[in-house]
Amino acid sequence: MVSVYRQEDHAFEVDRETLIQGLREVLAPDNLLVDDEAMRPFECDGLSAYRQMPLVVALPSSIDEVQAVLALCSRLRVPVVARGAGTSLSAGALPHPQGVLLSLSRFNQILSIDERRRLARVQPGVRNLAISEAAAPYGLYYAPDPSSQITCSIGGNVAENAGGVHCLKYGLTVHNVLSVTMVTMEGELVTLGSEALDSPGFDLMAAITGSEGMLGVIVDVTVKLLPHPPAKEVLLAGFADVETAGNAVAGIIAAGIIPGGLEMMDNPAIRAAEDFVHAGYPVDAAAILICELDGNPAELQDQLDKLRILLDRLGSNDIRVAKTPEEQASFWAGRKAAFPAVGRISPDYYCIDGTIPRKRLAEVLRRMQELSDQYGQRVVNVFHAGDGNLHPLVLYDGNVPGEFDRTEELGGKILELCVEVGGTVTGEHGVGMEKINQMCVQFPEAEITQFHALKAAFDPHGLLNPGKAIPTLSRCAEFGGMHVHDGQLPHPDIPRF
Amino acid sequence: MSGQDISHDLAARVAEASQSGTALTIHGSGSKTFYGRASRGETLAVDGHTGIVNYEPTELVLTARAGTPLAELDEALAAEGQQMPFDPPRFGGGTLGGAIATGLSGPGRPWLGAARDQVLGLRLINGRGEHMRFGGEVMKNVAGYDVSRLMAGALGTLGVLTEVSLKVLPRPEAELGLRLNLPVMEGFSQVEDWFRQGFPVTGAAHDGSHLHLRLSGSQSALQAAGQTIGGEHVAEVANWWSALRDQALPFFEDADTPLWRVSLPPLTDSSGFDGPVLHDWNGQQLWLRGARDAAALREQAASLGGHAVCFRGGDQEDAVFHPLAAPLQTFHRRLKQAFDPAGILNPGRMYADF
Ligand SMILES: Cc1cc2nc3c(=O)[nH]c(=O)nc-3n(C[C@H](O)[C@H](O)[C@H](O)COP(=O)(O)OP(=O)(O)OC[C@H]3O[C@@H](n4cnc5c(N)ncnc54)[C@H](O)[C@@H]3O)c2cc1C
Repeated sequence: MVSVYRQEDHAFEVDRETLIQGLREVLAPDNLLVDDEAMRPFECDGLSAYRQMPLVVALPSSIDEVQAVLALCSRLRVPVVARGAGTSLSAGALPHPQGVLLSLSRFNQILSIDERRRLARVQPGVRNLAISEAAAPYGLYYAPDPSSQITCSIGGNVAENAGGVHCLKYGLTVHNVLSVTMVTMEGELVTLGSEALDSPGFDLMAAITGSEGMLGVIVDVTVKLLPHPPAKEVLLAGFADVETAGNAVAGIIAAGIIPGGLEMMDNPAIRAAEDFVHAGYPVDAAAILICELDGNPAELQDQLDKLRILLDRLGSNDIRVAKTPEEQASFWAGRKAAFPAVGRISPDYYCIDGTIPRKRLAEVLRRMQELSDQYGQRVVNVFHAGDGNLHPLVLYDGNVPGEFDRTEELGGKILELCVEVGGTVTGEHGVGMEKINQMCVQFPEAEITQFHALKAAFDPHGLLNPGKAIPTLSRCAEFGGMHVHDGQLPHPDIPRF
Repeated sequence: MSGQDISHDLAARVAEASQSGTALTIHGSGSKTFYGRASRGETLAVDGHTGIVNYEPTELVLTARAGTPLAELDEALAAEGQQMPFDPPRFGGGTLGGAIATGLSGPGRPWLGAARDQVLGLRLINGRGEHMRFGGEVMKNVAGYDVSRLMAGALGTLGVLTEVSLKVLPRPEAELGLRLNLPVMEGFSQVEDWFRQGFPVTGAAHDGSHLHLRLSGSQSALQAAGQTIGGEHVAEVANWWSALRDQALPFFEDADTPLWRVSLPPLTDSSGFDGPVLHDWNGQQLWLRGARDAAALREQAASLGGHAVCFRGGDQEDAVFHPLAAPLQTFHRRLKQAFDPAGILNPGRMYADF
């Protein structure tokens, strides 16, 4: 276990008995957990290296209850951490030692599907995939499709601005959610956005999307649905070396082709996936690209022809177009099973999530390999290449002393590399607790201060998810992140070594 | 690349104004001064802060200083066969900063996205004169709150935009314009069906007598669509649609009477709005000509799930934008406080109280 909260993050004065008594008054008896055993499943999210028991777990089943819990916590100055399905890979849903873990899992109803207007209104605990399943009979679906879509909740998706394999063409959560109703820390109910294409005032939907549970608790979500494309083609291209594959990604986009999905896997990922699901991948290829094109049939054929010629020119030595829907599914199956497949070849793995400009892909892949050699930890790559969103998986064995620490340090170096080439420390998994130190590398003091001010506009007492997403300045001072701004270090006159 | 960087001067001016409590009116090219409420204060001219800072066609990213004329961006993009998909109204001029600060989008909005959708990152000077950078030039970025998109449509009340990075896209190979003899609601419902069939719809407007349809894509796709949809082919497609975007169609001509804009949920029955109406965005954006009872119009729009703005030609001392619900007002006031504690940036431009 990693001790992650800092002194200043848990300087609240909370009396557990008063809190429990207050919660008993506002929650139905089944909706409050106070025993360690019952609370244990909530001590971590998808990043299980970070664990923390909360004071209590609240499982409200109505909006009234959510409002009452928040109003109470606001009055008693008790921290609150919202939790959806708990699949966050950045410890965003990690409980607070002095706080209430507020699970939205009981809000699991699809409230309406408006087939004609292509809108779905759902409760926040509804699983991402369940929306597309409910819309499927009408030929519709919800576009953002994180790999965790069987499990993760739409509330968590909004909170993380989740992405998926189809985001290059169809956008992230922020492009596909129209409106949310949330409960403020004071317990007030407010609706942001609308079913129209814009709303008066500031774009608060932009502020709330990706806000990691720091601004309000989402209790109702309206999303836009899209029609299933009338036709699609899936193509797999093998490459003899990783850098050529990286350059091909930039080349495809440069040619004006915007695929529905464009994913890349390196050799260890290809082998792991092939052993696991027998997708028919070329196991000798150094890297493969999986490319999905969609649209109306007439346009699609043109694009496919263009893409084949292009990939050949960009150095692919093995181009396959899936001939049947079954073959299309199997090309994707390996990619979709890549994480569990990697789980079979290593006792543990750590998933990193940085985004870089596409043109730096080849270089970054090479430098990650150098880092991997230097730290002696293997790195497997399977990622959203079209978006430049990397997911290096660092393999380690948690039972070997020192391996996790080395892995974390290597992960940090990879993220710093992403920032160095003009990218970001997180493309879609969020900062949470995990990447909070790297935020000090990406942002100077003024921006961090501005972020805190923005948060205070929604949550003046800093009770929602304290200690996450935006580092305190004292944390940055201690972490010693030196932000290189426009190629200039702050205080260039001070000698460094 | 070309242009000039005056961000240091701008930041210094803002810092000074913040000290002295001097209100500033941020001014780009002045193409949209008619929009929003009148703001008071000294002029802070941003149009001298110009130039494309970075344009990488293969990255689908363009970064430029806020005072750069939209025309210059159009030219640079066209040379690489690309475009800004949100297609901001040019109104005969316009700067990048103004396009993002107003957050207005062209006729392709329902299918191609809005200004805010294509903002990847930006730099701004807050009300303290601090020059900051949010977001970046990559497609996916969830580090910190999405301040960049929050600026789209904030009318400069939260910061002076100095630089914006946009996602850009390839220009479609071809465009097809069709004119069809269909009533309003039936027409929009048809458009929805055509979209579901995979036809590349990028514009659907109704002028009261005809449905105007724009499709953009490959020649083969347009041919297939044209055969199914029928209607009359319109020559010089781009002209009509840019005239719609820039309010240069005859409908908009009488500049003396107010022009209202009503924003609605998809496929809303809008037959209750009387007087001269032009429907755009497949019925989700209505233009209403002539003086209206503001309260009644707002109530009507709100009852349908939308809102109403007195877009131009009204009293700019009066309320222009739809009033906010009480809890939202609180957020607005506090956000203004967070970014511009002295209240000096475009005060009153959006709502009278900040
Ligand atoms: C195998 C695997 C694959 C993954 N693949 C992807 C991927 O492809 N793309 C991607 O983007 N992510 C991916 N993820 C990460 C994760 O699934 C997403 O971040 C997801 O959006 C989290 O949703 P959740 O319901 O599990 O949220 P949780 O983990 O419960 O919470 C995440 C954050 O959201 C907040 N939150 C949750 N619900 C609410 C609410 N109702 N109101 C306010 N705040 C709330 C929490 O406080 C926390 O900060 C993957 C995870 C796993 C384990």
